[in-house]
Amino acid sequence: MTPADLFSFDIDGVPGIGIRDIVTAVLVLLAALMCFAAGVGLLRFPDVLSRLHAATKPQILGLIAIVADVAVTNPSLGTITLAVAIVFFQALTAPASAHMAGRAAYRTDHFRRDLLVIDEFTPRDPRSDM
Amino acid sequence: MIVVVIIAGLLMAVGAIGAIWRIIRGPSALDRIIASDVLVATAMIAIGAEMAINGHTDNLPVMLGLALFGIVGSVSVARFISSRDDT
Repeated sequence: MTPADLFSFDIDGVPGIGIRDIVTAVLVLLAALMCFAAGVGLLRFPDVLSRLHAATKPQILGLIAIVADVAVTNPSLGTITLAVAIVFFQALTAPASAHMAGRAAYRTDHFRRDLLVIDEFTPRDPRSDM
Repeated sequence: MIVVVIIAGLLMAVGAIGAIWRIIRGPSALDRIIASDVLVATAMIAIGAEMAINGHTDNLPVMLGLALFGIVGSVSVARFISSRDDT
């Protein structure tokens, strides 16, 4: 019995559908849901910073779900190494580009100041206690 | 499994159409580059979903390349917008 056989047994009453198919379906649907949420957020949110918040979901969480899905479907050393590399580089580059976009949005005033809870870039009023 | 494929395809299509709509409408160039990042992420997820459902790993280097070089466009555009804003 190889390790791959552990994932491919039949569930009672539903022949032909193994644990691996269920994991694949759940992870693909999770990633697709992240894409849907990002699209709706890009359409509905009011300014650059909140759209940036919506855009981050498929870039990290959806990608982790789909890469884990590929690694579960083909559990070999090369696949898992490439999957870890993909998640590593995406987690390295996506926050950097989001940080640059957010900083450019702040500098060029492409955000709604009335939606901010706190703005730590404004010079502090010396008379306030905060 | 075909039901899962159809549902996932519809969700990804709606996400991609939202990103394309935001690329077309703007209003600023920063909105456009954020939306293009989302479009690249949607393409990566679609490639990976096809691999996972069909059970092969042929396109994993494509995903690695997109993960590596997706930063270039958005960082350069954000860098130039910080100094000079034409939108």
